[in-house]
Order: sequence, then structure tokens, then C-alpha cells
Amino acid sequence: MSDDNKDTAGRPGPRERVIGTPSPAREKALLAEDDISAPAGVGDQLDEASAKRAERIVATLFLVAFAASVAFIAYFIGWSGRDGGMHGVSRARESNLWLGGLMALSFLALAFGVTIWVRRLMTSKPIVQERHELAADEETRAAFTEDFLEGADDSGITKRPLLRRTLLLAAAPLGLAPLVLLRDLGPLPEKRLRHTYWGEAVKKAQAEGKKGARLVVDGTNKPLRVSDFSSPGSMITVLPEGIEEELPEDQVLTQNAKAVTILINIPADQFKPAKGRENWHVNGIVAYSKVCTHVGCPAALYEQTTHHILCPCHQSTFDATDAAKVIFGPAARSLPQLPLSVEDGYLIATSDYHEPVGPSFWERG
Amino acid sequence: MSEATAPKAVEAPLTFLDDRLGSTTFFKRNMKKVFPDHWSFMLGEIALYSFIILLLTGTFLTLWFQPSMTETVYNGSYTKLQGVKMSEAYASTLHITFDVRGGLLMRQIHHWAAILFMASILAHMLRVFFTGAYRKPRELNWLIGIGMFTLGMLEGLFGYSLPDDLLSGTGLRITQGVAESIPVVGTYIYMFLFGGEFPGQDIVPRLYMLHILLIPGLLLGMVTAHMMIMWVQKHTAMPVKNQSEQQVYGYPFYPVFMAKTGAYFLFTFGVLALLGAFAQINPIWLFGPYDPGAISSGSQPDWYMGVLEGALRIMPNWEVSAWGHTVSFNVLIPALVPLGIVFGGAAAWPFVEQWVTGDKRHHHVNERPRNAPVRTATGIAAVTFYGLLWVAGANDVIADKFHVSLFATTWFFRVAFFLGPIVAFIVTKRICLGLQRKDADVIGHGVEAGVIMMSPDGKFSERHEAPREEERHVLLSKENTRPEAPARDAKGIPAPGTKGPIGHLRSRLNRAWTFDDIPVEEHPHGEQAEIEGGATSHEVRH
Repeated sequence: MSDDNKDTAGRPGPRERVIGTPSPAREKALLAEDDISAPAGVGDQLDEASAKRAERIVATLFLVAFAASVAFIAYFIGWSGRDGGMHGVSRARESNLWLGGLMALSFLALAFGVTIWVRRLMTSKPIVQERHELAADEETRAAFTEDFLEGADDSGITKRPLLRRTLLLAAAPLGLAPLVLLRDLGPLPEKRLRHTYWGEAVKKAQAEGKKGARLVVDGTNKPLRVSDFSSPGSMITVLPEGIEEELPEDQVLTQNAKAVTILINIPADQFKPAKGRENWHVNGIVAYSKVCTHVGCPAALYEQTTHHILCPCHQSTFDATDAAKVIFGPAARSLPQLPLSVEDGYLIATSDYHEPVGPSFWERG
Repeated sequence: MSEATAPKAVEAPLTFLDDRLGSTTFFKRNMKKVFPDHWSFMLGEIALYSFIILLLTGTFLTLWFQPSMTETVYNGSYTKLQGVKMSEAYASTLHITFDVRGGLLMRQIHHWAAILFMASILAHMLRVFFTGAYRKPRELNWLIGIGMFTLGMLEGLFGYSLPDDLLSGTGLRITQGVAESIPVVGTYIYMFLFGGEFPGQDIVPRLYMLHILLIPGLLLGMVTAHMMIMWVQKHTAMPVKNQSEQQVYGYPFYPVFMAKTGAYFLFTFGVLALLGAFAQINPIWLFGPYDPGAISSGSQPDWYMGVLEGALRIMPNWEVSAWGHTVSFNVLIPALVPLGIVFGGAAAWPFVEQWVTGDKRHHHVNERPRNAPVRTATGIAAVTFYGLLWVAGANDVIADKFHVSLFATTWFFRVAFFLGPIVAFIVTKRICLGLQRKDADVIGHGVEAGVIMMSPDGKFSERHEAPREEERHVLLSKENTRPEAPARDAKGIPAPGTKGPIGHLRSRLNRAWTFDDIPVEEHPHGEQAEIEGGATSHEVRH
């Protein structure tokens, strides 16, 4: 490596030093070596002895790469596939380390080998090339223009405006074709974003003569009794009854994504029911949409001491005691509230959300 | 020498090609193409090689991945999720991870390569910006570069959305919210993108097609154009000795550059393999399948989406509802404005600079960042702007690790977002001018030798020495500028272009660009001799 730095040799060395003064700085370079010259290769002449040494090093590295590649193949066939292939976490981890490590070793040994080859063994002279003018000369440009105009003339497009205009006219609808063809990408929004499965569930329940739809716990799908949810400060995720069983399989997640609701038990002394929603809660148990009104992440973090609901994506914060009003962050609207009641000891929703859940949109109003 | 014949294995295919394509003319002309050398010229190469590695590993992954959202019950070898309902996309990703030999490795290399791809493009673009390498005639390649970075963001977002795990589903949910915020057509875009309501059954197959066909195809075309333009225009060079606007100095493509760049591909692949083997990334099996009601705290996108995430987080909650319509500025502004400023500004910059400086010449030799203080300061201001938003995307992590209030971090970024770039601009410009002053001093008076001399009458002075030839060349690469005199014709009437508000704006900007430039130039006589002989007049003032 040291023989790459020959270009410092011609510089004046430290001069005689006056006693009592600091020694002259040994390296007075103003710029990093990179900014000055670009040493690549060994230059014109090869020093045979050091070249021999470099050759041995490079060959060793190439042999290492070869050995690593062979080991990679051997491991792949022999070990990672033993007992009929990979199964499970520990085997995946083991095989990842061996395969990745050997692959890295193989590539890096090759890379270092080639690099040392270039830097220690390749004779190379820096060369100079002219940068040619990029633009064509005036004559060529003029000749081109002439040919171009002549071609346009020959084609008649300049002389026959009728042809030109009808051609453009014919092309215009073709340009719109992709837009038309993409129409069936999805349904029109219509009123889809305005209601959730709660509405359907409530309607169904009322058709059976009940007051409303039961709340089932997300995960277990068990209806929730008021007595099961009586400790103040707790929070649980609920869904409308029947969402899992009555919907076609491909609809479940989509309906779930709108209907998902958080149920919070707020101590009675801290709860401030909003105007017009005085009977939407059951002894301080309130239900809010879990879909953040900012961009739709689940507002899933609930802090028992402050009764704040926090969305972990962008930190919009809502006050559970006060109609889930926004108290911090980028969300602009409160989480919609679901009217609750009790029937036969079970918590029920008496209607759908009264406003669209989730992020705002143009037609929302 | 002319008697030399190539080995048959080379000669035969070359002759075959030449007989049919006349390709030898091309090879002859380009084999010895000169590539100037500088470490920073390698940054773009990392991006190129990452892209190739992405194509290779991505092809591997497509052999097993099922782009389907049909529900299935997992019964593969990962015991913790056995019996769990999930989409086929997630199940097949688990299959690749745990049941395909080398599958986890390919997944991890693919993801790391995507991260490296974007990071190296950004680093490369910063190098190009700060050295002025985007100047005429290279504006087209600059625009292609911005296009590739933007497409890379989409490609990455779509890619990490495919496994349909909890984190990727959350990313798509945010995409839905952003789509909905677009005025007038937002809900239509949302419905057409997802084929109905979120998440539906269509989004993964659609993103898959975009991720493996359309966007990589566009990127490949742009990469090709980028390389061909670079080849035709020849690479820029650093302003060092032997480089000039007329000539390029360096090492030939064959064999030196070819071997070096080949080694560089191997280095890139080797390092990515190391990362894939030893650094876990996106462990989707820990996140679980997507469930719209679930989320984990500290959900973070890949780094290149962080800037959008940060913008969404620090935006105040402005929303307007009037005449039955709602516009959510709290989503719309952060989604469009910051990146619009950065990418739009970057795209317009070469042309704005030309207009302001009036410099329509070709530039093949790069400029040192200090010698264009306004450009460098603007660049650092943009870096600060982008960087602050990017870090703001991790404000919950910052609040957690440093035990500060989450709300305080939000407010910090809301303020810093406006002040940071301004401070960065001012400080950077002063540093540039200070460095110009230092260069002027070195050229004018030489370098401090560290040798203190005592004159016969007892005065102490420090000897100054002339800088080395190579250093002088670099320092003198600076083009000194002055504000333009207003263009007037012989009768003293201002040229039409200088009149009107636009003309005045241009003269003002031109003045701002140039007025405090510090000339770095050799003094024709006197001081030069002084340096050679060891200075006598420079007293030690410290």
C-alpha cells in the first residue's frame, strides 16, 4: 500500500528547526489524497517481486471464494435439506446463517481478490481523451431541417389540413381509451363509506324483535355481558354480532375494517356524556370507532390514567371521557361514537354510527 | 504488434458479430473509454448493482409467492401460526421463509437491497448536486435520476405491502387514507385502487403486477437511458490536475475500470449477503397476518417513506368542511407538499440556476461545493428540510428512547421544520465563504509552514510556502464571479429581458448568487517572490 503514496516524495522535507519553536507539521497537505490524484493500478512498471506476492494473495482469495461456493452447494444439498427439507424457525435460521455467510464469503473473497489484482498487478497508464462537442454542427442541423421539411412536404401533411385535423380527431378518443377501459377497476363509492356492518346487524336484530345488535369480542366472537366488562378503566375491541358468521368469507375483513370498535369503561365520576348522546353509554361504558379519523390506523392505545386514546401511527390523541374529541395530533375529527344499550344483560348497539367512520373524504360533508 | 492475433475463443465470436453487426467499430471506439477516478463516482454504481441484485432475488421470490388475498388456514412448519387464518400471500411468504431453502436469505437480501438501492441513489444525487454535475449538458440525466428515486419509493412501498402482514397492511391503510383525502376524485381513486373497500381482495394482486412488471420495467428503461447518456456525454471529472473541459483524464474502461467495477458488483452483493445472513429485516412472522383492528406501537415504514410519515405526524389538524364537502389539509398537505418541494425544486434547479447565472456553457469539470455557496447552502437547506421530516417520522421512538414527551417532539419538529432550513442555509453559506477566503489566502500568501523565523532585528515571523502544484490547481479551479452589469445597448437602454418584474427578479437573484464571491486568484508579482524566499512581512499574531 505504501508504494501508492509516491507522489509525496518530491515535496520539500522539514527544514532545520529553530530551537524553541514547534516542529514543522510533517504533512502540510491541504486536500485529501482523493481530491488530488487517482491512483489506480501500479502505473507503467511492475515490480516483479511485489507482483509475485500480490499474485499469491489474489490466488489464495480466489481459492477461498471457490471453497466457499463449493461449501455453499454442499451445505445446500447435504445439510439444509436433511430429513426432507427445511422445517421451522431453527432450521431456517441455521440455514440462513450458513448459506448467507458462505455466499458473502464467496463474493467478498472474489471482490477483494479482483481489487488487489487491479491495484497491485494491473499495469495501466492513465490516458487522456478529448471531450467532443456534443451538438451537431450547423451544417448537419440545417441539412436535417431541410430533409425534415421536405419529408413533411412529401407526405402532404402540411398541404392538407383536412387530413391533419381528422387524423388528430381520430387519435383523441384512442388517448382516452385506457381511462374508459380502467372503469371496472372498482365500484363507484356511492354510499359505501357512510355505513358499517353495525347498521345491518342492528336491522337484523330488530327484525327478530330485539332492541339492537350484540357486541362480540374481537378474536373470541363471544357476546359481551355488562357484568363481564364492569371494571372501570378497561378497554376491549368489539365487533357486531354475526360479522364473522353471516358474511361471505371474502367480505369479513373488509366489513371488519370499518366496523371495528373500541369499548371503554370510564369511571362514572369522570364521564361527560356529550349533548344528545346522554343515553348512548351504559354506566360509563362507551363505544368509539377504532378507525382513526386521520388516515385510518387503529386507534388502539388507551391510557387508563388520562383516558386518552392514542393512534400509534401518527399520534392523534382523543379524550375518551369527552366524546373522543381530538386533543393532540393531526386528526381533525372526533372518533365516531356508537350508541349502546343493554338487553338481557348483554351490551348491544342500538343503531349504526351516525357519521362515516375513518378518514375524511370529499363527499363526507 | 499488429501481427498479434486474439485467442480463437475471442476472435471467433467477435468475427461472427462483426460480420453481422459491424460491432468491432463500436468495441474499438469504446474499449479504451476513459473513466475519471473518484470515490464518490462509485455511489451510482452501488445503486445500479443493487438494482441488478433486486431483479435476481426478486425473480427467485416470484417462484413461490402467491399474490392472492384468498383466505386460507396456515399449516406450514412455523408452529406459532399453525391453524391461523390468513391470506395466501402471507402464507406463501411464510412458506418461502421457513420451507424453501435459501428463501429467508433471498427475502432478506431483497429487502436490504431495496434499502441500499434507495440510499445509494440519494447519496449519488447529493454528490451530483453539490458538485454541480447536473449542469448542462447533464440535466436530462438529473431528471431521470429524480424519476428513478420517485419510482423507487413507489416500488418499495408496493413491495413491502405484498406479504400482507400486520405492518404492510397498516401501510396500505394509510395509503387508503391518503387517497381518500384527494379532493373531488379521492373516493374514486380509493375504490378503483382497492377494487372496492379496504382491504378487499384485489390490492395484493394489483400491487404485485405493478411491483414485478410495470415499475421494474420502467426503472430498467430509465437505468438504460441513464447509462447510455452517461456513456455518450462521458463522465464528469473532479477539478483536479490534468482534467479540463476539453479533455478527460483517467483509466481506460478495459481492463482497469472493468475489473474495478466488476469487483464493486461483487462487493455490493457480498455486503448484501452479509446483511441478509446476519441482520434480520422485516421479520413478518413476528407481526402476524393483517387484521384491521390490530397495530403495534413503533410501526415504522422503510426509511425512504419516513419523510412522508414525518410530514403526516407533525401537520396540524386542519380540515375544512363547507358546502357539503370536506378537504383534509391535514393529510393532503403533508402527502403532496414536502416531497413536491424537494423533488419539484430539484427538477427545476438546473434550469433555474442557468436562468439566474446566465451560464449556458457546457460543464464537464465539477465544481467544489464551496465555490457555489448559494447552491451548496440551498442543498444543505433541502437536506435539513428532508432530514427533519424524516426524523419526525420516528418521533415516537425518539420520545420513548430519550424519555421526552411525545407532544414536545411534535412541537419541536413543527418549529424546526421552518427554522432549520433557514439556519442551515445561512450557516452553510458562511462556511462556504470562509473556505473561499481560506483558499484565496493560500493562493495569495501560501501555506503556513510551521517554521518560525527570527529576523536580525528580533522580529518573529512564520514562513509561508507555496502550495503544491496539484493543490494550486484545485484551488484555482474556482471561477470568480461578479454580479452582472445590467445589459444595455449602445444607447444605454436596458435590454428587454431585464425589464419588468421577471427581469428585476432575475437581476436580484443574479446579484444574490454572486455578490459576496471571494476571488481566488494569483497575484501577478511581488507576493509570489515573497513566498519563495520565506515571508518576512507576516508577523506572528497569535
